[in-house]
Amino acid sequence: MLLQILRRTATLVASLVVSSMLVFAFMALLPGDPARVALGVNASEASVAQMRQEFGLDRPLLSQYVSWMAGFIRFDLGTSYVSQVEIAPQIIDRLQVTMWLVVCAMVLALVIAVPLGTVMALRHRKPSGLVLSALSQVGVAVPAFLAGILLITVFAVKLQWLPANGWTPPNEDPVQFLRQLILPVLALGLVQGAVLTRYVRSSILDVQREDYIRTARAKGLGAGRALRRHGFRNAAIPVVTVLALQLATLLIGAVVVERVFVIPGLGSLLLDQVANRDLIFVQDIVMLLVLAVLLVNFVVDLLYLVIDPRLKVAT
Amino acid sequence: MSVLAAETRPKDASTSRVLDVQGLDVRLGRFHLLHDVTFSIDRGERVGLIGESGSGKSLTSLALLGLLPDDAHVSGSIRLAGVGHDLVGARERDLAAIRGRDVAMVFQEPMTALNPTMRVGDQVAEVITIHAGRGGRDKRAARARAVELLDQVGLPDPGDAARAYPHQLSGGQRQRVVVAIALANDPSLLVCDEPTTALDVTVQARVLDLIVRGVSARDAALLFITHDLSVVATVCERVLVMYGGRVVEAGPVTEVFRRPRHRYTQGLLAASDLDSAAAGGRLPTIRGTVPSAGTFPDGCVFRSRCDHATEVCATEPAWAGPDPGNGFACHHPAGAERAS
Amino acid sequence: MSADLTPRPAGPLDGPTPATAEATLPPDEMPPTASPSGARRRPGASFFVGLGLVGLVVLMALVSFVWTPHDPTFVDASARLRPIGDPDYPLGTDKLGRDVLSQILVGARTTLFVGLVAVGVAGLVGVPLGIVAAMAPRRAGEPLMRGIDLLLAFPALLLAIMFSAVYGGSTLVAMVAIGIASVPSFVRLVRSGSLQVLSTEYVLAARAAGRGPWAIGVHHVLPNVSGLVIVQASVSFAIAVLAEAALSFLGFGTPPPTPSWGRMLQESQELLFAAPRLAIVPGIAIALAVLGFNLLGDGLRDHYDPRMEDRR
Repeated sequence: MLLQILRRTATLVASLVVSSMLVFAFMALLPGDPARVALGVNASEASVAQMRQEFGLDRPLLSQYVSWMAGFIRFDLGTSYVSQVEIAPQIIDRLQVTMWLVVCAMVLALVIAVPLGTVMALRHRKPSGLVLSALSQVGVAVPAFLAGILLITVFAVKLQWLPANGWTPPNEDPVQFLRQLILPVLALGLVQGAVLTRYVRSSILDVQREDYIRTARAKGLGAGRALRRHGFRNAAIPVVTVLALQLATLLIGAVVVERVFVIPGLGSLLLDQVANRDLIFVQDIVMLLVLAVLLVNFVVDLLYLVIDPRLKVAT
Repeated sequence: MSVLAAETRPKDASTSRVLDVQGLDVRLGRFHLLHDVTFSIDRGERVGLIGESGSGKSLTSLALLGLLPDDAHVSGSIRLAGVGHDLVGARERDLAAIRGRDVAMVFQEPMTALNPTMRVGDQVAEVITIHAGRGGRDKRAARARAVELLDQVGLPDPGDAARAYPHQLSGGQRQRVVVAIALANDPSLLVCDEPTTALDVTVQARVLDLIVRGVSARDAALLFITHDLSVVATVCERVLVMYGGRVVEAGPVTEVFRRPRHRYTQGLLAASDLDSAAAGGRLPTIRGTVPSAGTFPDGCVFRSRCDHATEVCATEPAWAGPDPGNGFACHHPAGAERAS
Repeated sequence: MSADLTPRPAGPLDGPTPATAEATLPPDEMPPTASPSGARRRPGASFFVGLGLVGLVVLMALVSFVWTPHDPTFVDASARLRPIGDPDYPLGTDKLGRDVLSQILVGARTTLFVGLVAVGVAGLVGVPLGIVAAMAPRRAGEPLMRGIDLLLAFPALLLAIMFSAVYGGSTLVAMVAIGIASVPSFVRLVRSGSLQVLSTEYVLAARAAGRGPWAIGVHHVLPNVSGLVIVQASVSFAIAVLAEAALSFLGFGTPPPTPSWGRMLQESQELLFAAPRLAIVPGIAIALAVLGFNLLGDGLRDHYDPRMEDRR
């Protein structure tokens, strides 16, 4: 067990090193000098050179990478060379906003998907199951930003129940915070919920076909109890995998939804810095998002060890 | 030398029926899968059910446990000793109470029949607690009993085995666990569906022995489904031959195997007769393959593959024999000639 | 006399080869449920609905090459914000007076083009990599798969944003980003499919006959995973359509004036209160295209993988 945890930790660290190199190499090696990009084509050679020196862009790549990584580990990312603002505090500020969206949407997706997917699996040949299945298929086909726009048209424009966009920190005005949170969370969560529902459904259908469910029923358990006592844990294994991928999707999907609802989250920050042509800032945010995705996968790997006893001894 | 020299127990005078199946008929959608299946098993009796894949053997076993798909249309009657009602048409709640207590089942695949995420001991204990009723045995007692059962089925270190997960056991050990689960509540009928097919040859004999001893110790009835005729010869006293969802021949193992009457039984035996193969080099086979469900011919179901079929076979052959447990349904039965 | 019908290695009871093919009896299976015939299923409803929707999008794109009601980029200040059902503009016009129907038709072209190139690139890279990963020795295959797993940490949108940060948005950026991001799913699927094929007896026989890895890969593995690849291509296409729409929406995709559904959505945002139809029309187009490719993929999966039956 301990060995397994160590192995996975080693994998995580290796993945982080490789992906940080990828991100760095992407930004550093591609033709396109960050200073030139930031200052624009009309800037003088002298001002470009000065900026390169100021931000260490004239040093060898390896030393640039090492100092970037060292900064990243201490979470001291320096100041933006476009806006001259400290980078790290800004990221933390925006990350909090995005976390609200992602976590609430994930919870909503789970609350929708687990019961609905189970019902769909149990009734997969009955009309009600087919209708639900068709509905979820439509839900999968709607991108989150489209769902957001549609939700705005209905609930903000037509019914005027909720604000169309904006963001208020929860400690400032909790009611307004909630009112503004509902639509973006619905946009993200409904779509992810539809996707997840289909995975829950097929996973439960798979499990129901398993011999051990038949064994459980032969023991005298009813269909429902057999599924609850023997099926769910096994069905959870593939669903948890998808969950990890979905958290990553949500994190990135939040970028677009933040734009729809004019929410000052990490995604908006990223898009702003792309517009500002602040490559180093972009590099930091991208790395942070990649880090988040890898961390989620790591946690899921550990979860497997708890759910699936076969993995504890597997090499 | 003959494996047919199986120990044949003298028939108990005071026979008591454990299982009585009358005119069992199963339809699934457009498909008529079981056709007027009638047989019975007495206490302590071991009956083999043989036939090729798709002949309806497994379906019959599932019907006995009330585990047919929800949309199956079932008619006829299945009566089980100690159960006050017919299993056909019974409510799922009543069937669940019977399963694992009065009738239990050993499945073919020990690798998949156990829940991979649950400890073996808990899986055995579960079948005890399910049927213990309210305020019955507590969990600890059930677990202790589970270890006892694991010991009885011959698992070394039953205490450790109870704490193991299925993947930590070998195929043979897992099948022993499945047998322990099946025998836990001393069922009056044990159904085994190809319980040794997936096992190594060396392990097969031991698991068979375990099943036979377990059944004998409880004086339970055994329905043993297989396509391995040598296993039937070793384990069973009576045999039912199924084809196309019908029982086409039935009788004592020695009689049926020595003098098959139905042409299908004859073909099955010939195809597995190694003495003639050794002499002639090549085994005779039954021509063609088993039709898929719903595509069996009317009249005699076997006529599409039978060398002896004539026009009269387009009509359904009547059962020839003293009772449903002894006889055959064939227009052109094999005569006095030796089957082999 | 021994009576043994089971196909298995020689045991104590077995003499010569026990029986010929007809007499070997595979274990009984569960009662037949949906397809007792055992044959490949006829394509189900999802296949045809999917095919219909995909066909519709393709038709729209093809028609747009020869005919559109108006020039989709023509700005007509006298025809701004016409409603749906206008005699000249069946789907109305946007704030600049451009015909929405024409933009939708030409937008289908953009969507299909980006999807086709992205999925094509992903397939061309991913399928060989997947077969190689399955056939290569462990110490080579394992790092390859680790690398592929790592790529999963870079979704299409993130890649596209990185590219756009350097080069600005363009159709090429969208195609490359979506293409790279679609590679892992192809590699993983093809690898697991190839591993299955490689464990079959006919591959063993081919090996025993002295056929090299190249021949086995091309003649045995590739044809047998092609079904999986087709299914994955359809599903990846749906994802590509979604990604392209999101990228255009953010302004990282096809630049104006070339019409694209995602950008139509973005442009509609400021007029959400006045003209929600400008969002709804391209929204429906995106959803139908994605739905079409997803359903088509599901339908094809039923066809190629009978185990997946009843999934609808």
